[in-house]
Amino acid sequence: MADGAAPFWRMKGVSKRYGGVRALDRVDFECAPGRIHAILGENGAGKSTLIKIIAGVVQRDEGQLELMGQPVGFASPAEATKAGIVCVFQELSLMPDLTVADNICITDPPRRFGLIDYRAQSRRAEELLRRVGCTDVHPMQLVKDMPLSRRQMVEIAKALGRRPKMLILDEATSALTAADVAKVYETLRALRAEGLSILYISHRMHEIAELADDCSVFRNGRHIESFAKGSKTDDQVVELMIGREYKHVFPPKPAAAARPCMLKIDGLNWSDRLHDISLTIDRGEIVGLGGLDGQGQRELLLALFGVMRGVNGTISVNDKPQRIASPRHAKSANVGMALIPEDRKTEGLMLPMSVRDNISMAAISKLSKGLIVDRAAENARIAEMVQKLGIKVGNIDDPVATLSGGNQQKVVIGKWLMTDARIVLLNDPTRGIDVGTKQELYQLLRALADAGTAILFYTTDYDELVGCCDRVAIMYDGRILRELKGTEINEHNIVASSLNLPVELNLQQGGAAA
Amino acid sequence: MRALLKSVDTPLIVSFSFILILLLAGSLYSPNFLSPEYLLQQLQVGAFLGIIATGAMLVILLGHIDLSIPWVVTLGGMMATAAAGWWGDFGVAIAVPFALLCGLLVGLVNGLGVAYLRIPSMIFTLGINAVVAGLMVLHTGGFAPQDHATDLMHWLAVKRSLLGIPNVLFVWIAVGLAVVFMLNRTPLGRYIYAFGNRESATYLSGISTRGVLLACFGMAGALSALAGVLLAGYSTKAYQAMGDPYLLPAIAAVVLGGTNILGGRGTYLGTVVGVILITLLQSILSILPLGAMLQNLLHVRLEAEPIRQVIYGAVIITMLLVYGRSAKIQS
Amino acid sequence: MRSFRLWVAANNAYFLGVGLCALMFAVYFGAPPVGPLLLALMDGLNAMFPSDIESFVYSPASFTPNVLNTVAVKAVLLALVAMAQTLPVLTRGLDLSVGMMFIMTNCIASVLVIGGPVDVTMGVFIVLFAGAAAGFLNGLIVVFGRLQPIIVTLATGAIYYGIALGIRPIPGGSVDPVLADFITGLLWGKVPTVLVLLLCVVLFIWIPFRRSVIGRGCYATGSAEGAAYLSGVDINSSKLAAYALSGVLCAIAGLVQTFYTYNGEASGPSAGTYTLNSIAAVVIGGTSLFGGFGSAIGSIFGAFSLRTIVDLLFVFNMEALWQQLFNGIILLLAVCLGATRVFRIRNRLELFT
Repeated sequence: MADGAAPFWRMKGVSKRYGGVRALDRVDFECAPGRIHAILGENGAGKSTLIKIIAGVVQRDEGQLELMGQPVGFASPAEATKAGIVCVFQELSLMPDLTVADNICITDPPRRFGLIDYRAQSRRAEELLRRVGCTDVHPMQLVKDMPLSRRQMVEIAKALGRRPKMLILDEATSALTAADVAKVYETLRALRAEGLSILYISHRMHEIAELADDCSVFRNGRHIESFAKGSKTDDQVVELMIGREYKHVFPPKPAAAARPCMLKIDGLNWSDRLHDISLTIDRGEIVGLGGLDGQGQRELLLALFGVMRGVNGTISVNDKPQRIASPRHAKSANVGMALIPEDRKTEGLMLPMSVRDNISMAAISKLSKGLIVDRAAENARIAEMVQKLGIKVGNIDDPVATLSGGNQQKVVIGKWLMTDARIVLLNDPTRGIDVGTKQELYQLLRALADAGTAILFYTTDYDELVGCCDRVAIMYDGRILRELKGTEINEHNIVASSLNLPVELNLQQGGAAA
Repeated sequence: MRALLKSVDTPLIVSFSFILILLLAGSLYSPNFLSPEYLLQQLQVGAFLGIIATGAMLVILLGHIDLSIPWVVTLGGMMATAAAGWWGDFGVAIAVPFALLCGLLVGLVNGLGVAYLRIPSMIFTLGINAVVAGLMVLHTGGFAPQDHATDLMHWLAVKRSLLGIPNVLFVWIAVGLAVVFMLNRTPLGRYIYAFGNRESATYLSGISTRGVLLACFGMAGALSALAGVLLAGYSTKAYQAMGDPYLLPAIAAVVLGGTNILGGRGTYLGTVVGVILITLLQSILSILPLGAMLQNLLHVRLEAEPIRQVIYGAVIITMLLVYGRSAKIQS
Repeated sequence: MRSFRLWVAANNAYFLGVGLCALMFAVYFGAPPVGPLLLALMDGLNAMFPSDIESFVYSPASFTPNVLNTVAVKAVLLALVAMAQTLPVLTRGLDLSVGMMFIMTNCIASVLVIGGPVDVTMGVFIVLFAGAAAGFLNGLIVVFGRLQPIIVTLATGAIYYGIALGIRPIPGGSVDPVLADFITGLLWGKVPTVLVLLLCVVLFIWIPFRRSVIGRGCYATGSAEGAAYLSGVDINSSKLAAYALSGVLCAIAGLVQTFYTYNGEASGPSAGTYTLNSIAAVVIGGTSLFGGFGSAIGSIFGAFSLRTIVDLLFVFNMEALWQQLFNGIILLLAVCLGATRVFRIRNRLELFT
């Protein structure tokens, strides 16, 4: 990294362990003012720990930190903020029950006679929101009533309000709309021009390409390399990240064939979020669910699984209509559904419990003789699942929290495979998962389909829709806008459909055109 | 056996050591303290608390709490003694099951309120406690109840049959074995721990979380009633507010035994140790002439009861500080 | 206009407490339109069942300053303890020792608040300080011992009860009659002084606290402690302040109790009742037991509702035997009302907070 400016921030030999896991291993790292520095790496590479140490959330075990040449140590986020280092965390730092204005000025509000001056605070909040281009948010709104995309904008406004000298963004744009993202880019570029040092963590290559001046790759807690933007191709970068030859590999799709219908959804309505949804999934088919965030995909999966109240319409499994009133019904033998939920930490796993308990949770009644759990049968099936999914675990009685993100997701999937489900619903299963595990997942899904399972696969990654799915249903505004089949499934059609634009579909015999 | 050893962790070791310390201190004061007779007597007294604490533990494992224990205990005692009065010989025969059924029903109501109305258990069981109290006042006409305990109740609570071991201790052991079996070897046991750890994930795993709630609150209600039956047998009659002195010690015993008040973690062995600890503590505090000791120490004359209370509270806090730490920041 | 609508939406949890309080008040004093309606109802019932042994009676209390004062004193006592309970609840904790702090300060006051003006003033300050110290101890153990508040205050409650019992093994003591008469009397012959005292507590203690950075920190801590930490909120100071202030409010209640009863009594059952009723009052008043949302003012309305409900049995000439059951059912119903959110929820996942 050749540039005349002295490093604004420097770390030398910093290490951090969590129990037996080395989160950071003798990391040397520096970044300069007036530049946007992207940090790349798989899950478990140490990015999160790195910025938590910089932002004062955790303490390093060894090594030195230097801010503008002076050695520093931050015992808390408050201290780091005072020194001018502000972080926009991936898990937001907003208090849901407080207003936007309260959240933005939470630590240093304008005061009058020692008490908070609410009017001035509102004005300051409005000003900061305007600066990030977010004018549709009222300062008196409660954060808990706002969707994730608005919350992320408020979080960024809050960070700006702290007058940072160094701004760190950890996946700060994951839920933002395209328009918002453009505004954020503008703001970041303006800040860069003012001389701020910006650290930017993201999994999205096109964002990095847009914004970054410098890039650093981390792997397994080590700082691998730093380089200027443009000096490496995407594939080279990914190779650095995973440390081995990387090939975009999706398992081959079978030829289209007539198959018996497993799941038939007819005229499904729910609240004001899902309208007249009709969809079929055949045995052995992987149907993808696409579209922009928040068009009802998540709600559809939950409605199918029995979580929503007041669902109208017919759901038929194997040509028999079913009323699915709860996940328990969905799991039962008549329906045989499984749902891999969106947030594995709060919806998929009981983190402090052992891997064994987690994996057998959904199938334990099947593994019981009467009232008693059949330990032998349970052990056998768990061993089978661990081997089949390639779960890297030391001892299955260890807490599942000690596993990496990818392995945790495998435990969630294993839990449901143990129920021999006929229909598997997946809610964005590859979010925040490393590249290696993703590959394994694609293979697994195809193998499941080949064995006769019907799969409904919601993902925010277009590549996955194109690579994995036999059919893709694009949702827009709570409806299924259109279905794409075979060669119609390409990024252009998916994106266009997501934006409710017309596309040209292959004319099929007896089929519908765009 | 290996599973048993695995469940022994720091809180348990600390509690157990404290029991040894208490026994030692007591024996220094009076040589009778370590006699089998005295220890058996302690276990007998502790059995009542033990049965209540079992029910409390099941609910706490879910991350909930049952504050209706005081009056469900009283309900158990009063319904058992009343049955004999209402239905003659038939009543005597079914006195105990009838009381248990009453306790179970109240427990189920608790479960319904928490599971279906989603009212925080602390507040709902508080309300149910007040309602049951009102019902009992109505039942007795405001006076002490005239009914007597049946012979069976008395035999269970007071008599000793096998090897001179109090019968009530066998009842506690039976209850304990059943609960340990349920927690470790049945699906319900797994569901209980899962629920306490993360209710949403348990629900999404296709488990009837409402069923788990009803089961645990129901069991807690039945166990509280059982304790009431035994207490009535011990005193040969039920009396107003007989359950009041047991609520806080039961919760303290569960927590001192290493069960996390937020749910999801805890073993029955821990609860047993906690109950023994509390029982011994209360015993020692009632034996030692605290007033006189303090007078010698500080030249201040004080009644014993206040000192007992202060020591009771201080001991619980000290024990918790030694091992009962929750995570620094709850997310 | 949008600000107003947002304000209503944000504050609609308080309407139950205020509404219930107004309703109970109207029933107790026979205020129109509730009073005449109930009278008509009773007449109708009597006409339908003329030969019943107990006729249906509704005799509302007369709205005179003295009657109001008696009601007010008991209501204010519970209101103060409920305000004390609100503070730890805001931080997502619970204080099971409020009842014990209340009787402890009552006993201390019955010893110290006596004598000449200087002694009395000193006595009052010492009582307030004792409350603050007890609350602060609660806070210290919760914050630095990193223990769950419910279990800490369970234990410290025993300690405070022991202290109270040590000071007053049997009820006794006395208090400065001038101050007592003043506080439990009427201002300008019409307004119960305790109500003015309560108003002063709200104006000079609660509102400044609510609008201070530390006070807001309590809401932040209760709403999302992890996020608050990441944001740099001083969580420890906020919790300590909440618990300490809670102790001070209990002390004020203890003083009022001493002025009212002219003695100090270490009654375990009474302390327990106050603690449990304070929790119910907080819930009825709209504060969330999960922290981050609520107000001591709501708790005041909750407390007033609870207290007047208890007195309703006199108004309806109910047999004393039914009183306890009646209390229990009303308590249960009142807290169940807070459960109505269940029926509005369409996505069951949202039920798991």
